Amino acid sequence: MKRALAVLLALWLALPAFAVQPDEVLDDPELETRAREISRGLRCPVCQNETIDESNADLARDLRLLVRERLLAGDSDDEVVAYVVDRYGEFVLLMPRASGANWVPILAPVVLVLVGGGVAAAFVRRQSRQPAAPDPGLTEEERARIAELTRGDGDANPGRD
Amino acid sequence: MFIELGHFALILAFMVALFQAVVPMVGAARGMPGLMAVARPAALAQFGLTAISFAALTYAFVTSDFSVSLVVANSHTAKPMLYKIAGVWGNHEGSLLLWVLILTLFGAVAALFGDNLPPRLKARVLSVQAAIGAAFFAFILFTSNPFLRLGVVPFDGEDLNPLLQDPGLAFHPPFLYLGYVGLSMAFSFAVAALIEGRVDAAWGRWVRPWTLAAWMFLTIGIAMGSWWAYYELGWGGFWFWDPVENASFMPWLIAAALLHSAIVVEKREALKSWTILLAILAFGFSLIGTFIVRSGVLTSVHAFASDPARGVFILAILAAFVGGAFLLFALRAGRLEAKGVFGLVSRETGLVLNNLLLTVSAFIVFVGTIWPLVSDVVVERTVSVGPPFFDATFTPFALVLAAVLPIGAMLPWKRAVLGRAMRALMPAAILGLSVLLLTWVVFTGHTAIGPLAMGLGAWLVAGAATDLLSRTGRGPVSGRFARLGRLPGADWGKALAHAGFGITLFGIAGLTSWQVEDIRVARPGETYAVGAYDIELLDVGRDDGPNYQAVRADVRVSRDGQEVAVLSPERRFYPVAGMPTTEAAIRSGAVRDLYVVVGDPQDDGAGWTLRVWIKPFANWIWGGALVMAAGALVSLRDRRYRVAAGTARVPTVPAE
Repeated sequence: MKRALAVLLALWLALPAFAVQPDEVLDDPELETRAREISRGLRCPVCQNETIDESNADLARDLRLLVRERLLAGDSDDEVVAYVVDRYGEFVLLMPRASGANWVPILAPVVLVLVGGGVAAAFVRRQSRQPAAPDPGLTEEERARIAELTRGDGDANPGRD
Repeated sequence: MFIELGHFALILAFMVALFQAVVPMVGAARGMPGLMAVARPAALAQFGLTAISFAALTYAFVTSDFSVSLVVANSHTAKPMLYKIAGVWGNHEGSLLLWVLILTLFGAVAALFGDNLPPRLKARVLSVQAAIGAAFFAFILFTSNPFLRLGVVPFDGEDLNPLLQDPGLAFHPPFLYLGYVGLSMAFSFAVAALIEGRVDAAWGRWVRPWTLAAWMFLTIGIAMGSWWAYYELGWGGFWFWDPVENASFMPWLIAAALLHSAIVVEKREALKSWTILLAILAFGFSLIGTFIVRSGVLTSVHAFASDPARGVFILAILAAFVGGAFLLFALRAGRLEAKGVFGLVSRETGLVLNNLLLTVSAFIVFVGTIWPLVSDVVVERTVSVGPPFFDATFTPFALVLAAVLPIGAMLPWKRAVLGRAMRALMPAAILGLSVLLLTWVVFTGHTAIGPLAMGLGAWLVAGAATDLLSRTGRGPVSGRFARLGRLPGADWGKALAHAGFGITLFGIAGLTSWQVEDIRVARPGETYAVGAYDIELLDVGRDDGPNYQAVRADVRVSRDGQEVAVLSPERRFYPVAGMPTTEAAIRSGAVRDLYVVVGDPQDDGAGWTLRVWIKPFANWIWGGALVMAAGALVSLRDRRYRVAAGTARVPTVPAE
């Protein structure tokens, strides 16, 4: 049993650590909550679209420790984020910063709602005022089909002869 | 030999598709029934040939034929049979073959059972469908051929990505494809109608079953993917706003909008050109999704083998079909005049609002998904757009939709009185408000959205019940309940789908707002409390499987001294792929899931990292999705559609 466990441990050391580790957790629960909150908004720079909170990468662990270090040093949430962005670039921000071209995705919802809502409202208003359009009637084909159906031979398939 | 046969069948299917894309279309334009009639045998032949091709590849996987390079890259002799079969579509080439298999299947179904369609429309629909097929056959044959052989045959394969060796994932892609391809059918109908220059109630009725089926499959496929992520990735996340998830979510949203606007076309002959536009958009988003997944232009946790050349090919398909359809739309949409007139307050207005919310939210997801790419290329600024953005922008739409849905669903067509619908919904509103207040008081939490969303979930479910009951007419309650069973499938489907949305919303709100998490080093024999539960690590030991090594921890969970469960989370290592995975142990329950994950040994094996989560209402998320899908299924079974689709022809008795 002892040896099996030793083999197991050796095997294990080669594997990457998994997301937030117990030794990272801060003693102050309030600070820890803030750290988790911040971590969920930061992208792991070397991963495939994962936050540092959920990533197994070493760099993600470094960043989690860095965030907690800054929090212990008394930084505000914004200061912590700014500190990380200064070192790793804007890429780590999962919520794009409201500046320059980034206004496009940030304002898109508002613009889309206004434009879409405007068009829809105009459409509904126009509809509600319009008198009913005259019925365009049936096409030749449809007339032919009705004639066929009412002939009563039961075959409802014109064009399949 | 069989492999070459499959390869050859695929090439033949490509030829048949080209033929079918041209000849019936010409026949329809010239009014030649003989040319139009070839669509039917051609569609059947296309399906038959693709099926042979797919069978050949499946045979190669099942018999572990390592002379085929695709089998080498994705299989292994020690892999369980289920995953050998699922391995056929657990890779790029094979999944595209599945794509065209489903595409040709749908084409064949439309050819066989579409006898009630006007022959001209039917010929055009099948032609457009074949053109899509031809494009994808070319894509497979020229960029992603699954039948390539190896000169030197290796002794064994490289195994399938262990994360994909899971029953949930075996069926997740086929369902998504059924959805995407179903939308191609709606697209074909839209293009055919534009060429025809005519959209009427009958068209709305023909398009709706296809859209319903597509939406149902997408719902199931997305729910499966989400559920898989929940139990497999090891921390119980169920939605990550990852580009590949968004790729399936955008068509889902648009398909939901299309489903509703097609009702307006069918019942009221209004919103015609808008419905056509949605049908084009729905398939367009499916193609964009395929592009995102297959090109790898956006980094995603779904790291498929990606190749820029493939991306360009799909982009060309996208440009040709969606661009062509838009051009046709610009030329012809003016002809589609609306007939139905409706008042400011009416079911129609409610459905316009539904379409506005669904479409705008789909476009927001789209903007957020592609923004990193656009920003990088256009202003050379590398940015990320992730969950915080989508949560902030998408959530309001979901909540507003939930708030107005029961009211809109109760309004009558043409002209409605708001007060009447509101009176009927009073009990539902009171229930929703009580749930809101109750959750607010019980969970004095940090979030106001949680109780709000839970209240809205209850309001949706109660609203759907009210709607259903209102369809039974007047009279004593017992008689009305008796009539419930005889309501048409469409009514039941509508109520189920709306209630399912409420259940999912309730689950998401519960899980995200009040889950309890605990991460610590646990020592065997030690007991500690997480939430209302006591956790004890009993033992840790080896427990190897057929193609992996594993460590298993046994964890006892008890509440008030009573044992609730012994959970056995594992960490596995797949030597062939060189990949570790975590297997969470989950005890599912109606009101909460217990979720336990074992991590690394600590202090030289004296303790182990143990993660414990209590996840309230987790199952409601996927349960709600299943109820939504069931709603679509019940609606599909409505006899009126089957009569319209011609699958169950009732002998016509001539009127006297």
